[in-house]
Amino acid sequence: MRFEGTQSYVATADLKVAVNAAVTLRRPLLVKGEPGTGKTVLATEIAKAVNAPLIEWNVKSTTKAQQGLYEYDAVARLRDGQLGDPRVHDIANYIRKGKLWEAFTSPTLPVLLIDEIDKADIEFPNDLLQELDRMEFHVYETGETVRAAERPIVVITSNNEKELPDAFLRRCFFHYIKFPDRDTMQAIVDVHFPGIQKLLVSRAMDLFYEIREVPGLKKKPSTSELLDWLKLLLHEEMPLEVLQSRDPTKAIPPLHGALLKNEQDVMLFERLAFMARRQK
Amino acid sequence: MFLAFLDELRAAGIPASLKEHLLLLEALDAQVTEPTPEAFYFLARATYVKDEGLLDRFDQVFAKVFQGITSNYGVAPAEIPEEWLRAIAEKYLTDEEKAQIEALGSWEKLMETLQQRLNEQHERHQGGSKWIGTGGTSPFGNGGYNPEGVRIGGEGKHQRAVKVWEARDYRNLDSTRELGTRNIKVALRRLRRFAREGAAEELDIDGTIAGTARQGWLDVKMRPERHNAVKLLLFLDVGGSMDPFVKLCEELFSAATSEFKNLEFFYFHNCLYEGVWKDNRRRFTERTRTADLLHKYGPDYKVIFVGDASMSPYEITQVGGSVEHLNDEPGATWLQRVTDTWPATVWLNVLPEAQWGTSHSVTMIRELMRDRMYPLTIAGIDAAMRELSRKR
Repeated sequence: MRFEGTQSYVATADLKVAVNAAVTLRRPLLVKGEPGTGKTVLATEIAKAVNAPLIEWNVKSTTKAQQGLYEYDAVARLRDGQLGDPRVHDIANYIRKGKLWEAFTSPTLPVLLIDEIDKADIEFPNDLLQELDRMEFHVYETGETVRAAERPIVVITSNNEKELPDAFLRRCFFHYIKFPDRDTMQAIVDVHFPGIQKLLVSRAMDLFYEIREVPGLKKKPSTSELLDWLKLLLHEEMPLEVLQSRDPTKAIPPLHGALLKNEQDVMLFERLAFMARRQK
Repeated sequence: MFLAFLDELRAAGIPASLKEHLLLLEALDAQVTEPTPEAFYFLARATYVKDEGLLDRFDQVFAKVFQGITSNYGVAPAEIPEEWLRAIAEKYLTDEEKAQIEALGSWEKLMETLQQRLNEQHERHQGGSKWIGTGGTSPFGNGGYNPEGVRIGGEGKHQRAVKVWEARDYRNLDSTRELGTRNIKVALRRLRRFAREGAAEELDIDGTIAGTARQGWLDVKMRPERHNAVKLLLFLDVGGSMDPFVKLCEELFSAATSEFKNLEFFYFHNCLYEGVWKDNRRRFTERTRTADLLHKYGPDYKVIFVGDASMSPYEITQVGGSVEHLNDEPGATWLQRVTDTWPATVWLNVLPEAQWGTSHSVTMIRELMRDRMYPLTIAGIDAAMRELSRKR
């Protein structure tokens, strides 16, 4: 079982090493990187590559670690107790399995994605330490212990909104997806749009990297934005000349809505164009 | 195995532990990668480094530790023949510049200088004629008069391992660099302290269940929501020598206002005296008395000063030393009162730490702040927030 990237995902050499290490040793892989560089997609692709089901756990600010293990629905039991439902005698009826439980007891080896772990409370990763390390946990209400027959492949993504505790980090492999360079980007575009005009891509990428270089941008466009933009360009059958024109008075790229997600950034470009016009 | 490497990493401030080391050995044992230096580098990086801010430092340590061992694999820079470099220099340079490069001497001398400059240089550089960077006329760097010259980080002919870490791609992610708002926000979050206060609006399920069990009938318990309870006073130095740092301060300020509910900010000039103001346009008409602040805000407030702490020493020590008005009491007295009233006080200095020693007033302010002065970088803010959130 070796991850080499897939037909729809271009993996750099260092990413492959990190993924293979994590998959072989069954340690969690922590992935960070700019938004839109394919952190979440990576888990889907690993699952595809090793032919395993993907279990997704999307973390929100209100998510508690316990919810990943199981939840005990005390209110439902209370209600059933008052209604005289016979189910009330078995506490197991009110235990809802969480994603971790699902992953541990999955009949085939799954890939577990814990997405955006930094969104949750600061104590969240600490609460999962034992569970991820030993791949087992105890259900207090029923007294049973859920243990993974085979350690699942765990991918964790983070946007760096909160620092993760050291003890947690020590148990993971770490990879930082850096923004792809031109060659990698070309490979990514080729994977997503086979047969797209070479010239069009080359022009579009010139423009794209130029936009990324503009100082003072609030949100730099990233890989996913480039792909969306190319899709739009193709759909609109944008003539090549439009991309080619190097007229500084038209500094705003065509269909900029896919690239610039911030009205301040659009204003910035309009201002640049205005200044270029005035200088004429 | 590789214990020296681990020691070296720890010495460089990368928090690698035995746990990671054993994990690396386990991975090597399981042969998760091909046995190439490059794969080993990637594996070691994924194992030891858990923070992208430390990637650059890791690259440096790796280069240092494995220098002698892996250099055979790389393209030794000395392979670029001197004549070739000269030929290109002929083509692109003016006579004057050629003479300057001539002054650097032979190839060895050139490489020696290169090494030296690499060691001296800390930040990205563009233009100019001495430092390594882009677009300049220095003999080292990239994209300048000679795009094929001595490219720092490796010529792409062979793409061997040694070049990958020498490229130091992660340089600009180092946590000691200047910062953007988002980074500041992350650093400021260290200060958050949640507490439940205010109106009881949230259903306390645990409390309700416990109460119900005790009473025998449904006993609904409510509790207040959790809020970030940290209270912050921000004093910003404006005008004069602070003008070059306006953008930096703006970023800090905007990050802080969005991060804290209980934030009060005031401006001062150079040193704190009897009055501060909230609006720079009306700084002379609408002043707030500093004494009022000392009484109004309790000792649970955390105080952050932002300034360059660069002024004449008289402005700190002397009555009437202020550059703007006649002050009845020296600035030192006011700063003393501040640190007495609010034990959690820090000074964030916009100047880089290396420059602090050159100014006498910085040393004085630092002493008045009881040594709690930090540079305005991610690492500095981080350290300052740690200091502020320390339990007293």
